[in-house]
Amino acid sequence: MPVFLRRTAALLLRQFYLLRGSPARFVPLFAWVAIDIVLWGFITRYLNAVSGARFNFVPAMLGAVLLWDFMARVMQGVTTAFLEDVWSRNFLNLFASPLSVSEYLGGLILSSIATSSVGLVVMVVLATAIFGLSFLVYGALLAAFVLVLFVFGISLGIFGTALVLRFGPAAEWFIWPIPAFISPLACVFYPLATLPRWMQALARLIPPSYVFEGMRGILMGHRVAGTALAIGAALAVVYLLLMARAFTAVYRHAVKTGLIARYSAETVS
Amino acid sequence: MTQAGDSSAVSDGSAQAILAVRRLSKSYRTTLAVDNISFAVDPHEILGLLGPNGAGKTTTINMILGVLEPTSGSITIDGFDLARHRRQALGRTNFAAVYAPLPGNLTVAQNLRIFGMLYAVPGLRDRMEVVLTEFRLQRFRDTKCGVLSSGEQTRVALAKAMLNQPRLLLLDEPTASLDPATAREIRAEIREFSARTDVGVLWTSHNMMEVTDVCHRVLFLSHGKILLEGDPRRLPAVHGRETLEDLFVAVAREPLSIRPAEEEL
Repeated sequence: MPVFLRRTAALLLRQFYLLRGSPARFVPLFAWVAIDIVLWGFITRYLNAVSGARFNFVPAMLGAVLLWDFMARVMQGVTTAFLEDVWSRNFLNLFASPLSVSEYLGGLILSSIATSSVGLVVMVVLATAIFGLSFLVYGALLAAFVLVLFVFGISLGIFGTALVLRFGPAAEWFIWPIPAFISPLACVFYPLATLPRWMQALARLIPPSYVFEGMRGILMGHRVAGTALAIGAALAVVYLLLMARAFTAVYRHAVKTGLIARYSAETVS
Repeated sequence: MTQAGDSSAVSDGSAQAILAVRRLSKSYRTTLAVDNISFAVDPHEILGLLGPNGAGKTTTINMILGVLEPTSGSITIDGFDLARHRRQALGRTNFAAVYAPLPGNLTVAQNLRIFGMLYAVPGLRDRMEVVLTEFRLQRFRDTKCGVLSSGEQTRVALAKAMLNQPRLLLLDEPTASLDPATAREIRAEIREFSARTDVGVLWTSHNMMEVTDVCHRVLFLSHGKILLEGDPRRLPAVHGRETLEDLFVAVAREPLSIRPAEEEL
């Protein structure tokens, strides 16, 4: 195995060891998203009943909730793997080793793929088995939707880790509300046109808005504009590159000021 | 005995040096934590870095570990400039420090495996067995590090520090939490390791008896500068003190009473 893969795999292995020995870490991978799917499954059933079945809310809302939760789990997969190093005060041991920043981020992303997959599988099983959600309605574009949300989720996760690295362990509380903070602009439950103009302009900067617009377009029988989805995908990649760069800059600042070595102090000033 | 004080007086980067520190400085806004120090650590040598709290020892070690960027100067480890070849330099280095315990939520074996992968240790499984045996950790293999005693945790940290058979070993108060018997064993092991391999060791301690016992040479830091350098067994007499501890106290309390090395030369 190439050395860089070995170092990246070491961080994945660390996450595996922690998950294997800790129900407190493993259960949340699927428990909250499972509750979300059950809750929204019944809400969509109720909406189908009161609307006289003129519109099927299951793929429109439950499918959207599922993909939104997936994106949030991807973000949390990155941040939780990072926070394990915060909680165990492991930065000095890690960054005094030959591990590079890109290998470290690679390890966080691998960990996120592993942990978010658990949540995704549980959500898909519940949504299809109990509430009859069929992903076939989205066609091949589903893969593009998932990919855009995955890349954006990784970007948000790296953004969250950069925040905590810069401002110290207490900044952990900035991370958890990030999905809720951007959800009004992501247009998960309503069309972009519902928003006032200034919010529409902001929403167009958020890749998930292109995904959820595309999903609704398919369900309405409209043709999904490939250009719009491509813009969403391009934005997601741009955010990923920007956030990786931001993390690197924050890391360099921490090495310059000595914050890495005295991280628990939160500041060296 | 060599005497040193300023950068020009200390051997700094002879061809065979494992560690060569040249004109290293670190300042934080108005505070100068390390002030233009130079020194080298040769193969088989155990160099003691001494000084009162706040003298700049840990700052120096953090710079050598690559977790703190120097304001100026250079660090070369086994021929690799740390600033330009960080991966190669740190791949030949390892450390143990009381303030950097391994994650307590992983077992001894899990920690060693993970750090062995980070340091790309060849034949990791066999190497793990060697260090587990050397540091008498076999029975703690599947014990989480967080529940070990502080002495056992120190042995785990030392096992991790030896895992990649480093050329440069940094030990920041490695025996601070050990009982005297275990500390003596650890000192003997480090000495034996240093004699058997061509490792260079940089050792900090506040235990002057230990320093006298272990170190071939010591540097006294005060206010970020190297005040004295020499053989810890002879240095006290040169400066009119009975023991190394007396000399340490004098450096800590009245650094101006100590004739700096450059004046002696």
